[in-house]
Amino acid sequence: MIIKVLGSGCANCQTLEKRTYNALQELNIDATVEKVQNYQKIVSYGIMRTPGLVIDEEVAVAGYVPTVEKLKEIILTHLGA
Amino acid sequence: MFEKYPLGTIAILLLLWIVLYTTLQPLADAIVALVGLPQGAHITEAVRFLVFEAPKVLLLLTLIVFIVGIIRSYFSPERTRKILGGKKLFVGNVLASLLGVVTPFCSCSAIPLFLGFVESGIPLGVTFSFLIAAPMINEVALVLLFGLFGWKTALLYMSTGLIIAMISGYIIGILKLEKYVEPWVYEVKAEHLEMAEDKILFTQRISAGVDAVVEIVSKVWIYIVIGIAVGSGIHGYVPENFMASIMGKSAWWSIPIAVLIGIPMYSNAAGIIPVVQALLEKGASLGTVLAFMMAVIGLSLPETIILKKILKLPLILTFIGIVAVGIIIVGYIFNIVY
Repeated sequence: MIIKVLGSGCANCQTLEKRTYNALQELNIDATVEKVQNYQKIVSYGIMRTPGLVIDEEVAVAGYVPTVEKLKEIILTHLGA
Repeated sequence: MFEKYPLGTIAILLLLWIVLYTTLQPLADAIVALVGLPQGAHITEAVRFLVFEAPKVLLLLTLIVFIVGIIRSYFSPERTRKILGGKKLFVGNVLASLLGVVTPFCSCSAIPLFLGFVESGIPLGVTFSFLIAAPMINEVALVLLFGLFGWKTALLYMSTGLIIAMISGYIIGILKLEKYVEPWVYEVKAEHLEMAEDKILFTQRISAGVDAVVEIVSKVWIYIVIGIAVGSGIHGYVPENFMASIMGKSAWWSIPIAVLIGIPMYSNAAGIIPVVQALLEKGASLGTVLAFMMAVIGLSLPETIILKKILKLPLILTFIGIVAVGIIIVGYIFNIVY
């Protein structure tokens, strides 16, 4: 699984990245987490609000920072799909 | 409890809100009487200001942020973009300014939003109308203006702010400044996601409102309390008309100067209102003070630096210049009307 954290390096994006790591750790799932800071790439996902979270090229979060619990749910839903 | 009975919980909270709000004035009077402060003394006025004014504004803020949170759940940048797509100048500017008020926006998302708008063919001037209205007219500013100065001031602020956004965007549109946008902006290709937002349940919208309250009120309450404390400190002690000679109506030059000082400053609405209140209290004119406030929250150095990544200097300067002139005109209008 490849998870991309989209954002220009603002505080929210860093929080999202941290929480993503936490969620993965708590779920004991191995995934690659990448940061995407290039605006062209961010917008190419159709996102107009940062931070964004893209799991395996699918937009999962845009414009808010979910809690670790919520992130776990999002990741698990994605795995189930 | 909220998870299980969202509507019931909200109904109870709303009721509680009404009870608190209506009993606030007698309660504050009672506290002042209980402490046994002398009637009409400076200290009495200052204390009353703090025990009445601060809770009142915080209560108003909570309610309005909650309502705005629910309203905003009906709008998203993606949806706004869809509405604005294919709209011509002027109609587009009017719509973009209005949508700027209700669409959730944070200046940290200014660039992705700009790119997203431009990519889907929304004209530059219309995009600017949105970007001007969104930060300048926000719910925190409106609540504070309403709570501290009454609905007329809040309404005037909102309507003149909207007019500035509409007209400035329109002018930027007819000036044909597209050449001052970084060329790569026009090469951005984006997927157009179909967001499943119409299926949101009303209870989910209510929790969006609750989330907004938690996020915004937890961030700004401290500014408000400090601000009102400073305000009440000044209320009783600094002589009235202290500011009248430098920021009063007769000092016509104070408006452009207030705007020039306000542009590089950056503050959220909550942080600036106490300053506004203190200035007004001491004889500064409403036009001058509101112009200052609009310049501080509507135009800011950090936002300009962010925009520099996608816009060339002549466009940025034009944008700031037009909006600044608009704010100055509004300042004079306020001074004439009041």
